[in-house]
Amino acid sequence: MENTLFTKFLIRNPSVLIFLGLLAMFTILVVVLAEGFGIGIISTSFVKTLGKTMCLCIVAIAMDLVWGYCGILSLGHFAFFALGGYMIGMWLMFARTKLIVLEAAQNIALPLTNTEISEAVGIQIFGVVGGAEIPFIWALADNFWLQVSMVVIIPGMLALIFGWLAFRSRVNGVYLSILTQAMTLALALYLFQNDSGLRGNNGLSGLQNLPGMDDISQAYISIWFFIASAFALGIIYLLSYLFVSSKLGNIIRGIRDHEARIRFLGYDVESYKLFVFTLTAVIAAAAGALYYPQAGIINPAELAPIASIYLAVWVAIGGRGRLYGAVIGAAFVSLLSSYLTGGQAPDINLGFTVLKWTEWWLVFLGFSFVAVTLYAPKGIGGMIDLFSSKEGK
Amino acid sequence: MIRLLFSFLLVLSVLTAPQRAIASSEFIEILNKNVALIQKSSSKTVAPVLAEIQSYGTRIAADFLKDWKNKELFFIKESSRIIRVDSTGKNEDGKKIVTISDAVTNEKLGTRLSKDVKQIKPNSGVRAKIASALVPVLLASENIQDRQEGLDTLSRDIKSSHLEPLKNAIAAERNEDLKTRMEQAYIYASITHGENEDEIENAIFSLRDNLSLEARAALNPLLSSRVEVGKQTDNSVNIARIIIPDVTVKNADGSAGRRHFLSSEKPELTLLSAYQMLVDAGYAKPLITPHMRDESLTSHIIDGRVGEFEVVELNTKEARDMAYTFLASEKNLPALISAQTIELAVAGHVFYAVYDNPSKRITNAASEVLSVINGKVLIFKLLDLALDGLSLASIYFLAAIGLAITFGVMRVINMAHGEFIMMGAYTGYVIQLLIPSYTVSILLAIPAAFCVTFFAGVLLERVVIRHLYKRPLETLLATFGISIALQQIAKNIFGTQARPLTSPSWLDGAFVVNDVLAISNIRIAIFVLGLLFLGLLLYVMTRTRFGLETRAVTQNPAMAASMGINPERINMLTFGFGSGIAGIAGVAIGLFSKVTSELGSDYIVQSFMTVVVGGVGNIWGTLAGAAMIGSLQKGIEWFNPSNTLAAQTYMIIFIILFIQFKPRGIFALKGRAAED
Repeated sequence: MENTLFTKFLIRNPSVLIFLGLLAMFTILVVVLAEGFGIGIISTSFVKTLGKTMCLCIVAIAMDLVWGYCGILSLGHFAFFALGGYMIGMWLMFARTKLIVLEAAQNIALPLTNTEISEAVGIQIFGVVGGAEIPFIWALADNFWLQVSMVVIIPGMLALIFGWLAFRSRVNGVYLSILTQAMTLALALYLFQNDSGLRGNNGLSGLQNLPGMDDISQAYISIWFFIASAFALGIIYLLSYLFVSSKLGNIIRGIRDHEARIRFLGYDVESYKLFVFTLTAVIAAAAGALYYPQAGIINPAELAPIASIYLAVWVAIGGRGRLYGAVIGAAFVSLLSSYLTGGQAPDINLGFTVLKWTEWWLVFLGFSFVAVTLYAPKGIGGMIDLFSSKEGK
Repeated sequence: MIRLLFSFLLVLSVLTAPQRAIASSEFIEILNKNVALIQKSSSKTVAPVLAEIQSYGTRIAADFLKDWKNKELFFIKESSRIIRVDSTGKNEDGKKIVTISDAVTNEKLGTRLSKDVKQIKPNSGVRAKIASALVPVLLASENIQDRQEGLDTLSRDIKSSHLEPLKNAIAAERNEDLKTRMEQAYIYASITHGENEDEIENAIFSLRDNLSLEARAALNPLLSSRVEVGKQTDNSVNIARIIIPDVTVKNADGSAGRRHFLSSEKPELTLLSAYQMLVDAGYAKPLITPHMRDESLTSHIIDGRVGEFEVVELNTKEARDMAYTFLASEKNLPALISAQTIELAVAGHVFYAVYDNPSKRITNAASEVLSVINGKVLIFKLLDLALDGLSLASIYFLAAIGLAITFGVMRVINMAHGEFIMMGAYTGYVIQLLIPSYTVSILLAIPAAFCVTFFAGVLLERVVIRHLYKRPLETLLATFGISIALQQIAKNIFGTQARPLTSPSWLDGAFVVNDVLAISNIRIAIFVLGLLFLGLLLYVMTRTRFGLETRAVTQNPAMAASMGINPERINMLTFGFGSGIAGIAGVAIGLFSKVTSELGSDYIVQSFMTVVVGGVGNIWGTLAGAAMIGSLQKGIEWFNPSNTLAAQTYMIIFIILFIQFKPRGIFALKGRAAED
């Protein structure tokens, strides 16, 4: 019964099948071309870039859900993303440091006590910020499953509390955007402190090395993460599509289009908004937990307010209110951005001066963003709509 | 002591005599005796020589010391005779020669080859000693500069021998300023070197109203103490306080205080160091540290076992303790000391701090005066904090006031506002490059910054914002785009390094109230500028036709248009006006922080917070918001001074919570105007 419903859903929405098919084909193609299991045309670092881009697509979907579908312009979702990265980073760093400590202790006559182990790990991790004790927020870092659950719980709780406070007092529109930006700034400033317990501006590093897997080459690990990211993207896309196609999705869109009307129809608008805000924060955090092991390092600069603004820029350029728009925007802009600021892009000779992409890309991005806002509010996704006969949303 | 004093009196009496004393053969004898030490002196060996010269005490001795200190003395290599060099020149062979005279008698000694004489070069330690010996002479000098120099030397390092000459100098001093300083120095000197308790106590009490660091530095050594332990307190010594390990803390006035359970203050004595004191005093058995325990265990490992215990099982503290206890009983090693034993041993003894100064009267006086001074210092520090909060508030006000117009009055959210601030700061920098005079350039920069950002604002309004008046979220996004682009353009033009915006010298100083409280002129200037802006803005918005039209257009554009106002023009000008003010704020902010392309984005969130907290659409609200945020941030910093980042974090959290209770800000608009 359920199976047929699902099949019907897919038949009615061919774009999901197309998206998933393209994603699967792309994933297989990359795996075949990459170094780990394939023929080695694509370098490991590029596989990582692609894997990271997929994680960015996931957080862009989350942003699209909360902004494009629910009308809440959150400037804090990249903070949830980074927070998820911090949570997984704590386990990666702790577990690996502990293994190193235990290995180094093999030649010592007496086996280490737990206190000695945590002292040694504390010095290894926190020596750089002049500490030696393991802060209490690392209490669960020793246990993989507990710490992984923190990836969901901590950003989820933060979003829940913040959202409850904000929606309860009817903060909306630009006020909410500014408030979320303030939250992001507060979090970033807090993490910049050395005594925040998360190594201040050093952040967490060495995250690309999985504990106990030092013998396995990064070429393989990068492929695993790439497949995992692609899988996550597919699942999140499918679930999000089911979500926005449901009755719930209709209410959410209704809130975006006319909040007061939905409230007068008897819906508890605040709860719906809080639900979407928290759900998307959790999605963002999960994406972050997949992203940062591929990036290898996370520090407070990652969640500077500007990062969340870029997230909004991706979704706007891709076309909000369309899930594929968010994916296209995130993939297109972030890949283009890393290509043009990476230094390999050819400079443009204007005759009187040479335009370096590394210097002018952000200017170009800023102005094109203004142009998109002014003249193409539907973004790239809007152009695709023109070609498809069926209505986009 | 008496002899020394006598000698100083002798110096004085001789110095007051008008005639230039005739060199005494006795003095020359002293020099001849010590010639080796004078020629190659060190601060360790020079003291007896100086004492001898001082005790001789004539003007000639003083002149000799002065020349010695100023490296003006030489000696003839072969005879070791000490001389002065009057002039240098060359003889007919072209060799360098010097004209010399005797250092003491001033007898002309003709010329010598300059390689035959050698300069006496006392090192800085020796010169400090000579200077100290010279103090009485300088203080009694008729030249005010000499007296000042003498006082300066004495202030750096007060010797008991300086008391008497200082007293005489005070009596003779005509210059009021110098006299006050001398009296102050005399008080410090008598605290350290006073003859009897009355004198010292009087000196201490006279410092009651003195907030200077010197006063506290003079009093603190009187309260220096050492920690002692015994079965009971020793009543023959001057006890400062009873110490309870892990519980009491040392107060600034020397008394003991209870540790507040929230404070991060460390107890004066931890339990372990208290126990160590007992061990050192022979009252308790030495501690077996975990390290010692582990070493003994390791050295007794046989075939993977320590006695009955498997080594692999020794991975907890308890297991190791037990293994060691067995090992100790078997091998006759010292036993472990349990935590309970430590507590009992410490509880069975009294720990107390003893003042190094034996006189109860003096330490009591010092403690009392010090707590009075500390109380006053605290009051002034709080005042300083309040002023700090005020100047931070004026900075936030300056940064936010442009927004109060564009966002508050027009309801246009301009995320590029911070970049307009930055643009104003860079305008100031460019003008300083063109005009060398800082005063002129700053005065020119203010209107120039206004013009530049006014036109930038008008341009932004015409090209972008005009199309988005009905879509506030889109305005926010588009102006973000502008903000990103402008920041990068500034980076491309001016580079990433910070550019200085130098304030004119008349803004460099500070308004000094006392040693604790000083307000820098630049902060005063920013405060005044903030007030000026407030006045200007209120005037423009409530008293001019432009302000009236702006308010009309904001409230009801259609109605305003039918009254003959051109809404497009008014919107454009209002936006330009708000942006122009941001530019001026940029010049002011640039004066105390470095100008970078990120200057504006550092302030944008706080600026919006200021406007939102104060209440949108109300200039007084912006003032209230700035005052609240500024004083709050400084208040939080007060509790955790090392960490300004934490202060900002907590402040933002506070604001988020504040908006819960006052969603429309402190000054909420009422009635129709409150509707979005």
